[in-house]
Parts: sequence; structure tokens; C-alpha cells
Amino acid sequence: MQLTNRSEVVVNKVMTFKERLYFPAIISGLIITMKHLFKKRATVKYPEEIRPVAPIYRGLHVLKRDEQGRENCTACGLCAVACPAEAITMTAAERKKGEENLYREEKYAAVYEINMLRCIFCGLCEEACPKEAIFLTDRILPSGLNRANFIFGKDKLVEGVSNDARIDISKRTNAHRTD
Amino acid sequence: MEFIIVKFVLVVVVFLVSLGIAAYSTYAERKIAAFLQDRVGPDRAGPFGLLQPVADGVKMFMKEEIIPTHADKGLFILGPSIMMMTACMTGVVIPWGSTLIINGTEYPVQITDLNIGILYIFGVVSIGVYGIMIGGWASNNKYSLMGAIRASSQMISYELAMGMAIIALVMTTGTLSIGEIVKQQQGMHWNVFVQPLGFVLFIVCAFAECNRTPFDLPECETELVGGYHTEYSSMKLGFYLFAEYINMFISSAIIASLYFGGYNFPFIDQLGLPHNVLTLLGTLIFFGKVFFFIFFFMWVRWTLPRFRYDQLMHVGWRVMIPLALFNILLTAVIVLWQNGQFN
Repeated sequence: MQLTNRSEVVVNKVMTFKERLYFPAIISGLIITMKHLFKKRATVKYPEEIRPVAPIYRGLHVLKRDEQGRENCTACGLCAVACPAEAITMTAAERKKGEENLYREEKYAAVYEINMLRCIFCGLCEEACPKEAIFLTDRILPSGLNRANFIFGKDKLVEGVSNDARIDISKRTNAHRTD
Repeated sequence: MEFIIVKFVLVVVVFLVSLGIAAYSTYAERKIAAFLQDRVGPDRAGPFGLLQPVADGVKMFMKEEIIPTHADKGLFILGPSIMMMTACMTGVVIPWGSTLIINGTEYPVQITDLNIGILYIFGVVSIGVYGIMIGGWASNNKYSLMGAIRASSQMISYELAMGMAIIALVMTTGTLSIGEIVKQQQGMHWNVFVQPLGFVLFIVCAFAECNRTPFDLPECETELVGGYHTEYSSMKLGFYLFAEYINMFISSAIIASLYFGGYNFPFIDQLGLPHNVLTLLGTLIFFGKVFFFIFFFMWVRWTLPRFRYDQLMHVGWRVMIPLALFNILLTAVIVLWQNGQFN
């Protein structure tokens, strides 16, 4: 059965004199490589130049705050349960008096860690979250030199309070909407 | 006294220029390789990566110096030394330019115009084979030995055809002095038009002598790990690699001066410029030709795949040498006919 039309019948034919001179073949080869000298470079110089990604790109996670700057996460643990790679761990704590400006509900995550070496960036944590606390963003996970640095705690995951420290997730959330 | 100073300056300049060009050939090689493969190449060290050779040199110096326990220590050090020394010695007889007139005395821009310049180059290049052989032998490693054996047999085989290509050239020019050969090619009387077949033979053999692709069997990574320098590290490896680039530069210079008129360029007399300016212009032109051939070496490297060993020997002994002999015969007949011997 023939699958493609690219197959060629192999013949053990004797080379003609012109072919045995090799020079026509070498010159045509040189012309081909010379043409490549003037072609556009395929390289993307990564840190300076970032390739465009899809609007729903699933990159580094963010733990969101609400409009008043309070953390959304209530440490319910649904993301950890949903995680197929078992990358998420957390410790819950009760909100004390006077911490109402920090945490939205009475319970919050004192420790929230994602092991980025385990994470497969599937986005199931985001789907499982009932509080709109965790989202995947279009940021790219930075490289590191040791494994310990890949366990991202709250210091790296929670977004900042100020307006310009907020991390925009509208592209991804809007893409999910059907209305 | 003045003679010695001028020669000393010339020696130092030629030495430094060959080292500088060899260093930047490594950069050029990587850049050209990248461009031919639609990549960017080294561009992190300095603007456009221009400091890359410096970074490479520092890296080579900082690397750990390893001499294998089973290696013959003296010979192990001698190998790269011979290689480097012979590579630097060949630049002596190359005419880098015409003559400079300083204080009314005429000095040729050539360290010394030996009347057997071509033979001198062949002799020195043959010593270079010992560098590879001794290095490969002293490493006491089968891959190194394999590489060394391949290198020496390849270089000896191709030296024959190369010498024969030169014999035909010598028959037409009537001299072995490179300075004289270049002088004869004044204007557009380049030897490449007189000896086209000889030129093709010579350039193919030059590729083989420099161990460049498609003849880079002595160090083909896919078969021999690293070839004759498998066991070498640090600056001793650096010397081997560096010597290779110097050899490439020198053979480009030899090709340019033997077949492409050296420092001569068309309409050199019609410009009406002072003698010294013309000489400098000629030197620039000469370097332009040399750089073209260095580029050509690299261009071919990224175009052609490597020969198989039996193909290499087949080309060397059963194609190049008969062709070279035929070229000698043809040249002889034409030279005799021009001299009116057949009338």
C-alpha cells in the first residue's frame, strides 16, 4: 500500500561522466548555502524578544487579590485535590482580628506552595478554584540552578497590592467566556 | 642596522596579524556557520559578539591542564608545540605587499624572499604532520592514534598531488620564489587563467592539508570522539585548534599569491598614486583576496559532507595524482610549443 507519493524507487545506476566530475553538484550546493546567507534568521533572541503566545497561554500561576487588595484564597484545598501532578501543598490558618484588610474570608492559606518542577501547567487548579483565587498567566517560568528554588511560595505567587503590581489575567478569562 | 629593525618590525607584525586573524577566524567560522544555517551565531560577548575570541581564549587558559597518566609526557607537550611553531613559520615567505620606500631605501613587504620559497613551505608543512602524529601517538589512546594515522596518511597523500600541481605552475613561471611569482602576475596576468586545472587541484589539496571539511577525517567527531586531540585539554588543545586556523590563513595567502596575483590588481599603474600608497593599497587588496579564500574554506565546510576514508584515498591517489600528472604533461607540451621547440 502506498501511503505517500514521496517514495522513490532506488536504482543502482552508474553515474554519468558529468555526475562523476562532482563539480556541478558542488557548485549548486554552494549556491544553495549562499542563498541561506541572505535569508531571514529563524532565531528569536529570547530575553530581549518574546514570541507572541496564545491569549489562553497557561504559564506561571498567580494568586489573585480582590479590589480591596485582600487575598482571595481561602485554603479550601480543592486545587491541591484537582492537581494531577500533586504539585500544590498548603497550610490553612484562621484570620485574626485586625487582619480583615489582608484576607477576604475567615480562613486563609498561611503557606501555599507550588512545586514548579512537578507542575504540568494543565490549569485544573484554576478550574477547581471556587474563589477565583488562582489563575495561570502568560508569564514564563524562569530557569533556575537548584531544585529548591523551583518550589514557589506565597512570596512569588501572590500578586502585589498596588495597581501596577496587579497581574492581568483578562485575556485568559475573557477567552473562556461564551457570551 | 636599519635593515634589521625593518625586518624585526615586519616579523612582529606578521606574527601578530596571523594570530589575530586566526583568532577572528574562529569567530568568523561560527558566525558564517550560523548565517548559512539561518541562525544568529555568537552575539553576547561585546557588540555583535566581537569579543567572543577573547572569551574563548580566557576559557582555554582557565581550563584544567590534564596530561593522562599513560601518556608520554615529553612528546605530549611537543605535539602541539610543533604544530603551532610550523604554523607560524610558513608566513615568512609570503609577499604581503610590493616594496616600501623608507628614507630612499626600498624594503620589500615580505620577511624574506627565499629563492626556494615554495619548497620551504612544503618542508615546513611536512613537519606540521609530525605535530599531529606525535600528539596522537603520545596520547596513548586508540581514537587519538586513529586520528593521527588518518591525518598523516591523508596529508602525505595529498601533499603529492599538491606538489605536482605546483610543478606545473613552476614550469610556466620558471621560478620557485613566491615573491618572483607574484611579480610576474602584474595586472591581470593571474596564474589561475594559465593553470586552471592546477588551481583546482591545488585548492582541493589545500583543503585536505588543512584538515578542513570535506577532508576533516582526522578529527571527525562522529567516529573518533575528537580525533588526534581527544586527550588534549586547556591551552594545548587551544594550540591545535589555533594552529589549524593559522594554517587556513596561510594557505589562503598562498592560494592568493600563487594563483590570484597576490598584491596585484588590475590597472595598478594607471592610478598614478605614490609608490608607498600603491603598496599599501596592494596589501589591502591581498588581504581582501585572503579573506575571500578563508570565507570560501568556511563556505565549503557548511556545504559538503565528509568523505568516507576509502573515498578520500581514492580521490587522492586515483583522481588527483593522475590529473596532476596530466596537467604537468599538458603544461610541458604547451611551454615547449610556445618556445618554438616543435617547429
